[in-house]
Amino acid sequence: MSALKNIPSRVLFGYATAIVAAAILPLLTGAAFGNSWVRVLDFTLLYAMLALGLNIVVGYAGLLDLGYIAFYAIGAYVYAWLASPHFGLHLSPFIILPTGALVAGLFGVILGAPTLRLRGDYLAIVTLGFGEIVRLFLNNLDRPVNITNGPQGINLIDPLISITPFSFYGLRVTSVYCYYYLFLVLCAAVVFCCIRLQDSRIGRAWMAIREDEMAAKACGINTRNIKLLAFAMGASFGGVSGGLFAGFQGFVSPESFVLLESVMVLCMVVLGGMGNIAGVLLGAALLTITPEYLRAIATPVQMKVFGRALVDPENLRMLLFGIALIATMLFRPQGLWPSRQQLPATKK
Amino acid sequence: MEMLAQQIANGLILGSVYALIALGYTMVYGILGLINFAHGEITMMGAMIAVAALNIFLHVLHLPPLLALSAAICIAIPCCMLLGVTIERIAYRPLRHAPKLASLITAIGVSIVLQNVAMMVWGRGYQRFPDIIPAENVSAFGATLTPVKIAIVLLSACTLLGLWLLVNRTRLGRAMRATAQNPEAAQLMGVAIDKVIAATFAIGSALGALAGIMVAANYGQADPYMGFLLGLKAFSAAVLGGIGNLAGAVIGGLLLGLIESLGAGYLGTATHGVFGSNYQDIFAFMVLVAVLVLRPSGLLGEHTAERA
Repeated sequence: MSALKNIPSRVLFGYATAIVAAAILPLLTGAAFGNSWVRVLDFTLLYAMLALGLNIVVGYAGLLDLGYIAFYAIGAYVYAWLASPHFGLHLSPFIILPTGALVAGLFGVILGAPTLRLRGDYLAIVTLGFGEIVRLFLNNLDRPVNITNGPQGINLIDPLISITPFSFYGLRVTSVYCYYYLFLVLCAAVVFCCIRLQDSRIGRAWMAIREDEMAAKACGINTRNIKLLAFAMGASFGGVSGGLFAGFQGFVSPESFVLLESVMVLCMVVLGGMGNIAGVLLGAALLTITPEYLRAIATPVQMKVFGRALVDPENLRMLLFGIALIATMLFRPQGLWPSRQQLPATKK
Repeated sequence: MEMLAQQIANGLILGSVYALIALGYTMVYGILGLINFAHGEITMMGAMIAVAALNIFLHVLHLPPLLALSAAICIAIPCCMLLGVTIERIAYRPLRHAPKLASLITAIGVSIVLQNVAMMVWGRGYQRFPDIIPAENVSAFGATLTPVKIAIVLLSACTLLGLWLLVNRTRLGRAMRATAQNPEAAQLMGVAIDKVIAATFAIGSALGALAGIMVAANYGQADPYMGFLLGLKAFSAAVLGGIGNLAGAVIGGLLLGLIESLGAGYLGTATHGVFGSNYQDIFAFMVLVAVLVLRPSGLLGEHTAERA
């Protein structure tokens, strides 16, 4: 406990408030807006984990990855293969999630190794290609041997948690609440890992590579291994989130892993503030909750104003999302909550 | 043998479309060092505007088919040029001295906006390209071709020739080449680089729009999703040929068209039906990854050790 003494009491108080707020949030949300919004909160935490994983690759190491969703897909499919009637396997999540992390991490190295020489937009395009290749294989590997079940995807996946719904002071408690607390604990663990990584020798090496790869090399950093480590680490975080997604959703299909999802996660990192954990969490929350909110209000508001629904809410939400991306880059390129260190986005 | 001729013909037709789009990427990259992610969506807009205009001319104004087609092309191309210039002005020019990541993200934003605007205007489904060009087949060298396909190849060839003349024989072309070589020096020599860059976007968008119309005519439809894959493949073609190099974009486009068409055609036979033509889309990405890993400068590009 001596480590706690070194932390200023103001920071400790902040952490305590955040934990309490996070713990009672689903109860308030569920009571005020219904259980479907608790589900949105679950997704927020899932995306937060995913975004924190990508933050390691993009925010710390400065390697732009546009195919990150592939690792999420790999984690999700590993879970689906090992816990569904598809292959008849029903392993415990305690085995599957680490396996998913390992497999995704391995793919991270497979992607990272040939692309070590590339940087910037070239790397972005290769990773984009990688993401699309993974998706196309998932879509087509139902023949000759049915591995992925093609575009239909795999369903009837064993749930991570299943409880019988019960009533708690008038609130109908279903498994979405349990998922929330599970994801909250895991998300806190990921945040803890990220903070420790950021302040470690490895984290400093990543940032050194981000600022100037040549200088980092000259200072004795093994840039090859450190970059591969960033890819593997980010990928395994993605793999775990993917596994959780599969167990939560009970269903996976290639449709969930399109390029737009990669872009969405990247935007969470960029919009929130690259390299800053709090910023990334903020970005994940904003980009998960706002679209859901828009989806819920777009049609009623249009009905009121124009008398009929002129614009599909899905298109409206994507349109606003695109505009938000452009506006952020034009007016606040460092993100809403930037990290205190100098960022790649603010330097030429 | 007949199948080979047919696949080669299909590959060249596909390739000439890729070449036109790839030129748009490569011209912008050559001058700004920027991947214009929204270029594929401009292609899509070109196709959508042309098909919508064509339907109006045919069914509302009752123009004769060929006149209607020419009029539709004459409307779609300037619209796309304007669109390209506007995008450059709003989303790229303010970020010209910002890091690459910033303009890459605005480019993604622009393409999302364009795709959703198209869906709002024309709906999520596809628009049919009216059957105005006679569909009787022509046989040549053992391959069967439709008039549309022949028109695509001829029109592409003429456009490429026109572009070559523009770049190598006019003042604007010289200004473009100078800006690509060294923007600061070009500016000191009196080249108005902002205008040159705007012109580059306009020309690239015009080529993209034309290619989009060709794709719509060839497949008989246009939809809001067509731009993404088309743009990505054309980008792969530009990288294959050596990005920033005009001749490279054309060669890369044709080569990628051939690889895709022959690959998809023979993959089934080569693997005894294990993998089929549904893997066609993978070839472009495989080529892209392979080129960037093995020879990032492309086939014709100058050797650069590392592009940051």
